[in-house]
Amino acid sequence: MNAAPPPAPRKLRLATVSLAGCFGCHMSFLDIDERLFALIERVEFDRSPLTDLKAVGRCDIGLVEGGLCNAENVQVLREFRAHCKTLVAVGACAINGGLPAQRNHLRIDELLRAVYQQRDGLAAGAQVPDDPELPLPLNRVHPIHEVVHIDYSLPGCPPSADAFWQFLTDLMAGRTPQLGHGLMHYD
Amino acid sequence: MTPAAPLFLLDGHPVPFKPGETLIEAATRAGRHIPHLCWHPGFAPHGSCRLCMVAIGERQLAACSTAAEAGLEVRLHGEALAAQRRTLLQLLFVEGNHFCPSCERSGACKLQAEACEAGVEGPHFEQLYPDRPVDASHPDVLLDLNRCILCGLCVRASAQHDGKAVFALGGRGLGTQLVVGSASGRLGDTDLAASDLAARICPVGAILPKRRGFAVPIGQRRYDAAPISALPETDDGMPPP
Ligand code: SF4
Ligand code: SF4
Ligand code: FES
Repeated sequence: MNAAPPPAPRKLRLATVSLAGCFGCHMSFLDIDERLFALIERVEFDRSPLTDLKAVGRCDIGLVEGGLCNAENVQVLREFRAHCKTLVAVGACAINGGLPAQRNHLRIDELLRAVYQQRDGLAAGAQVPDDPELPLPLNRVHPIHEVVHIDYSLPGCPPSADAFWQFLTDLMAGRTPQLGHGLMHYD
Repeated sequence: MTPAAPLFLLDGHPVPFKPGETLIEAATRAGRHIPHLCWHPGFAPHGSCRLCMVAIGERQLAACSTAAEAGLEVRLHGEALAAQRRTLLQLLFVEGNHFCPSCERSGACKLQAEACEAGVEGPHFEQLYPDRPVDASHPDVLLDLNRCILCGLCVRASAQHDGKAVFALGGRGLGTQLVVGSASGRLGDTDLAASDLAARICPVGAILPKRRGFAVPIGQRRYDAAPISALPETDDGMPPP
């Protein structure tokens, strides 16, 4: 009897997004260089700046860069949580708000006025933009664990390519990711 | 024949001690690292950070303020103690504004190094984001209270080593804060000198020498080379200018 060869294991689906971040974590992720070939043997990208898909589908892993600075960030984060089995806070901004959160001790209305109305060199009568398409800013920037449950955090600003690789290989192998000295960084 | 030094056991390893020494003093001399932030070899213990908690039987005690006794069986490692240390570190992070990527002390900071070693990957608790001042009035020393963990080391160093009274801890509970001993409350109006121990002893990036922030590049700093437990105790936070 000729048994059919076992089917290739299903690829894991991976989604990534940058909320209130600078895309530095994504750039560092791409820095895994040729290891990307090994990665795409094991995963299929869902919503991500790499695929340009706009909606997140059902995924095994979601990597979230950046914290929450506006209402759209919150909505996207909730969609990621609803669709991803394992959700990861990637980088300082997702983990503790990072650089954007350094506005948190200032009033948002004063900040907007300072930037859009009171700076030198603005056109006369300049206004704070209020197009309905623009997501409303939050009073304070929040790390993502304050809004949804997070399964893991991958610290760093950004996490190094080696940290990404260690983290993802552990996760894909079903192990709890362990970074250890040298890969564990807050800066 | 001189009698052998008395011993206690730290996770099963014998640690000799001199009469009157605390657990952390003897362990440090024996090259065994007990995590700590508010203790410094040159000063009486403060007992405030609780990072040095160890277990003796059913009791938990601060290793920096517990006298060594012959035959004690002291536990430092173990999942429950490790989890408790992570929680303490996470609380210190969320109580202040610790944005390590933009901190000049990153890589040479004891709080960061202890947290990395303890496996703290995130803050877990809600961030407080307190509104705290930065005092840049001193010509040579910056005071950034966003990163102060109230360890009191600068207070002790100023009073007991430098013979001055530049710093004090004021207030209570969550309102506790570091205060500067000048009529204006500004560091620039005190007699603090950059060479004072008080200006160098801070374990975190709250008291920083000016114009030297990146003299040692990120990635080549003290705790980039090895985890804090593998390094000898330092005398000062920062080398003298
Ligand atoms: S003081 Fe230490 S923990 Fe705080 S921001 Fe600076 S490097 Fe990070
Ligand atoms: S300024 Fe530094 S040394 Fe002084 S209490 Fe704060 S953390 Fe400790
Ligand atoms: S080092 Fe013992 S309580 Fe801080």
